[in-house]
Amino acid sequence: MFDKILIANRGEIACRVIKSARKMGIKTVAVYSDADRDSLHVDLADERVHIGASASAESYLVMDRIIQACKDTGAQAVHPGYGFLSENKAFQAALDKEGIAFIGPGNRAIEAMGDKIESKKLAAEAKVSTVPGYMGVIKDAEEAVKIAKDIGFPVMIKASAGGGGKGMRVAYTEEEARDGFVSATNEAKSSFGDDRVFVEKFIEEPRHIEIQILADGETCLYVGERECSIQRRHQKVIEEAPSPFLTPEVRKAMGEQAVALAKAVDYKSAGTVEFIVDANRNFYFLEMNTRLQVEHPVTEMITGLDLVEWMIKIAAGRKLTLTQDDIKLSGWSLECRIYAEDPYRGFLPSIGRLTRFIPPEEVEGQVRVDTGVEDGGEISMYYDPMIAKLITHGKDRNEAIARMREALDAFYIRGVSHNIPFLASLLSKERFVEGRLTTNFIAEEYADGFHAADLPAEDPTILIAAVACVHRKQVQRESLISGQIAGHEKKARNDWVVRLGDTNHPVMILPTDTGHDVTVDGKTVSVAHAWRFGDPLFKAVIDGRPVVVQIDREGVGYRLFHAGTQDHALVLTETAAKYAALMPKKEAPDMSKFLLSPMPGLLVSLAVEEGQEVKAGERLAVIEAMKMENVLKAERDGTVLKIHAAPGDSLSVDQKIIEFED
Amino acid sequence: MHEIIRQLDEKRAAARLGGGQRRIDAQHAKGKLTARERIDLLLDPGSFEEWDMFVEHRCVEFGMADSKIPSDGVVTGHGTINGRLVFLFSQDFTVLGGSLSETHAAKICKIMDQAMKVGAPVIGLNDSGGARIQEGVDSLAGYAEVFQRNVLASGVIPQVSLIMGPCAGGAVYSPAMTDFIFMVEDSSYMFVTGPDVVKTVTHEQVTAEELGGAITHTSKSGVADLSFENDVVALLQLRRFMDFLPANNKQKPPVRPTDHAWDSYDMSLDNLIPNNPNMPYDMKELILKIVDEGDFFEVAPKFAANIITGLARMEGRTIGIVANQPMVLAGCLDIDSARKAARFVRFCDAFNIPLLTLVDVPGFMPGTSQEYGGIIKHGAKLLYAYAEATVPKVTLITRKAYGGAYDVMSSKHLRGDFNYAWPTAEIAVMGPKGAVEIIFRQDLDNAEKIAERTEEYRRLFANPFVAGSRGFIDEVILPHGTRKRVNRAFAILRDKALENPWRKHGNIPL
Repeated sequence: MFDKILIANRGEIACRVIKSARKMGIKTVAVYSDADRDSLHVDLADERVHIGASASAESYLVMDRIIQACKDTGAQAVHPGYGFLSENKAFQAALDKEGIAFIGPGNRAIEAMGDKIESKKLAAEAKVSTVPGYMGVIKDAEEAVKIAKDIGFPVMIKASAGGGGKGMRVAYTEEEARDGFVSATNEAKSSFGDDRVFVEKFIEEPRHIEIQILADGETCLYVGERECSIQRRHQKVIEEAPSPFLTPEVRKAMGEQAVALAKAVDYKSAGTVEFIVDANRNFYFLEMNTRLQVEHPVTEMITGLDLVEWMIKIAAGRKLTLTQDDIKLSGWSLECRIYAEDPYRGFLPSIGRLTRFIPPEEVEGQVRVDTGVEDGGEISMYYDPMIAKLITHGKDRNEAIARMREALDAFYIRGVSHNIPFLASLLSKERFVEGRLTTNFIAEEYADGFHAADLPAEDPTILIAAVACVHRKQVQRESLISGQIAGHEKKARNDWVVRLGDTNHPVMILPTDTGHDVTVDGKTVSVAHAWRFGDPLFKAVIDGRPVVVQIDREGVGYRLFHAGTQDHALVLTETAAKYAALMPKKEAPDMSKFLLSPMPGLLVSLAVEEGQEVKAGERLAVIEAMKMENVLKAERDGTVLKIHAAPGDSLSVDQKIIEFED
Repeated sequence: MHEIIRQLDEKRAAARLGGGQRRIDAQHAKGKLTARERIDLLLDPGSFEEWDMFVEHRCVEFGMADSKIPSDGVVTGHGTINGRLVFLFSQDFTVLGGSLSETHAAKICKIMDQAMKVGAPVIGLNDSGGARIQEGVDSLAGYAEVFQRNVLASGVIPQVSLIMGPCAGGAVYSPAMTDFIFMVEDSSYMFVTGPDVVKTVTHEQVTAEELGGAITHTSKSGVADLSFENDVVALLQLRRFMDFLPANNKQKPPVRPTDHAWDSYDMSLDNLIPNNPNMPYDMKELILKIVDEGDFFEVAPKFAANIITGLARMEGRTIGIVANQPMVLAGCLDIDSARKAARFVRFCDAFNIPLLTLVDVPGFMPGTSQEYGGIIKHGAKLLYAYAEATVPKVTLITRKAYGGAYDVMSSKHLRGDFNYAWPTAEIAVMGPKGAVEIIFRQDLDNAEKIAERTEEYRRLFANPFVAGSRGFIDEVILPHGTRKRVNRAFAILRDKALENPWRKHGNIPL
């Protein structure tokens, strides 16, 4: 076995690999760029080597520096993680030349699977089913119909030069194939000046399901599947294992084909064979990933295997001690990717300091958090904006979902925007709960983006009870302040009005041995909690149901975060509530005629002057944030009324830059 | 007997109606509460005792003899906020526009006198159209009587003003002499001369809101310390604020129990300071992470934001915080920030509130506007305030402490009790680049040499150890243990005794 390995990666995956290596008694070497000087993976490793500037092209992608780091530290093997150099055959070859082991498959597998056409060819040879289609030029409608019949309906007729949905037709019948050929050809000619079209099987309600394999060069096992259909613009968001869609028979068939393909390229390590699966559970090979996948933890959770440990062992020449029969899938596991992005602003990446980062508590076999950041860490513009992967496990899918919801409620992140509201919304969709997934799920369910209204209406009792308990403790404490008139001290009252948003809810709150009893709308709930002043999380059992609400004090009010929603609450006496209702509602000013700074940064230049007319798409200003220049363009035609900032100004987020005429 | 009691009830009910239901409705329509409703919210329920409910004005001119309303436009009395005594007055806009008459002023003076005798804070809820013009000089005399009392009470009992409507002309000078001015957004304004006079005299067109609204005074003029969205929030925030203050200058600030462990570590502070010395970071994050429960009552957040001032608690005891803010103007000292901080330091010192100073200051702001504006005298105010203060003073240098600004920011030399530095501190006359360009002026055209010298200077001086070797820094501490160190320092200093030499008063550079 190796004594020391180097991890040619950063972030959560570097930390993940270090964890397994440490468990195996192997020393670890981290490499890091300028931006990662203070990162968690650097702190966790036994040794650390600086390998260059922040941009990955100048650090994590520079093979020579990584190989030099291996030599300098005496690392005998390199784990590449995912991304960066993980599927780079030249890197594997270079390491090989230096006698350093690559913790991953051999050169041939990387090369063959790295090529889309060759991998499909190999797959076909290995009797792996691929998407049926005819790549040749079709001369007329009748030939198109014949080919369509051979493939089997429905089919997709696509322009060879196509893109953007132009020149694409779906045909379910011969008639439609005939018409589709004609219209697709015409459209292709007018749009692209190229009327060639081809035909392939149209996959209805496609699902992305992938098979994990583990091979030592002799034995090759399939370790169950993962379903990754919940994707936003081809970026996976939620993954799970097993798939709610597969039958044992289909799983076995897919597994065996994956193994056949792996064997065809002498695969030796952990790898993933991706399939697209249609509504009738027909599956077709997409591609093979010759590395560890981001979503590998869900497989680990349901199999109890440590895939990284096996990758290291296999790279060191050990053989698998498992047989296919040893692979048992137990329970259900879900993974949510927590990204630093603002789901309310078109998922704009959000970078900066995590002023507070408190992940939910890990519970063996139930909740797992894979992350590369810590409290006070930085989400840098240079790399993927993933903050963490939150993984839960349950005896069945519903339990795994319930645990995920609770864990998301407890995930306390401040300083950068994150997609937890979006994840909470996804988990609450009936279609998700029923497991009716397709890769179009997000595009269909959030056709015009994500909005607060996409969050389910929750029973307000939880929020009311939580904030009432916190306030009652606050009032109790206020009654203990020193300097009161002796003998005339304050008594804490029990009757309050919780003003949640604009709605008043009268409550009665009585302290009990285990927390408080809260009466809302004539119904009393018992709230067991041990909340202490300063705790960001209000963890309670409300009438037997575990609940976590994030409570931030905001002046005299409270901001509550629960199930993806955000609410403001004031707890008032009856009199104060009556007066609060008299207060004018202040509308947020209309900001649509302003160009606002989308991020904190430096105003580098302004491209317009007062009185100037601008057209939609015209360049208005350049803002530098974190050394990156961002060009702000006009959203629509208009005339510049007033300029509110000058080049060289430091802008805060939402600061006015330009005002347009109405 | 019962009949007499009934008569009293009726008299009280009539007085409580102030200017009558129609005017009360008009007040509500403006989004404002009435004088008595405001008191209901501010004080503990049932604790208010109204004084001088039956006072009426004595003016007979201009038909005033017929428009007498009990209370005469101001409700005065005492009550408690979380069990602690306060005296207060609340001007009643529904009665003759809350205008100040001789008797109205006398009522205010009466509660101020009583507050001084028992040593309790005075709170003013201002909502007044101005002087009762019908009374002429009697009204002016009334103002002056109040001013005189404001001055004598200054530094003896806390005085807080909450402007909840108009406050114009001479009337502004009473709040101006209190310790803090809070305002309600969109419904209050303060100015010495109103928009009409301004237009006549200077031909400037300006609205009351632009001239003296909450935004103007909390961000441009610095006259007001805070503003709140409406009456309810403002009054609840005022309750929260009063919980920090001692009743008078002979008492220590109140103590409130806390669950927050005094010695808890916060590892996230170990990477608060960016690797690049020119990158800003948010000093408020440090404040929120070291004070009890992250509960910080910031004062004047929008004015001179390059310095942060506010109240918080450590181990349940009130402290005042002054901190440079690297996010704004790199945290440098200028006229506005020096004035803002100086006044805050003097308030804390007057009322026995220990001071925590967090330093990251690159120096004083250069430029003609600063010099012409008198930065020398204004900067001196902060220096004076720190040097004069005898309360416990704990200072922490997080990063830069350059030049004269280092001296000013509660340095050891100004009787700092505990002067800590993080290992990232740089205590020097100036930054490495500027220093080298002066010391090695002859090498200016040799970039290589300059770079070498800069590095040398950085190595020698850009750290806390030179100051440490002189004893100007008592201890270099790790960021994550800041709360523990600061808490212990203040605990040790609880019985600090230090007095300045006797004098009539010092002569602060005004």
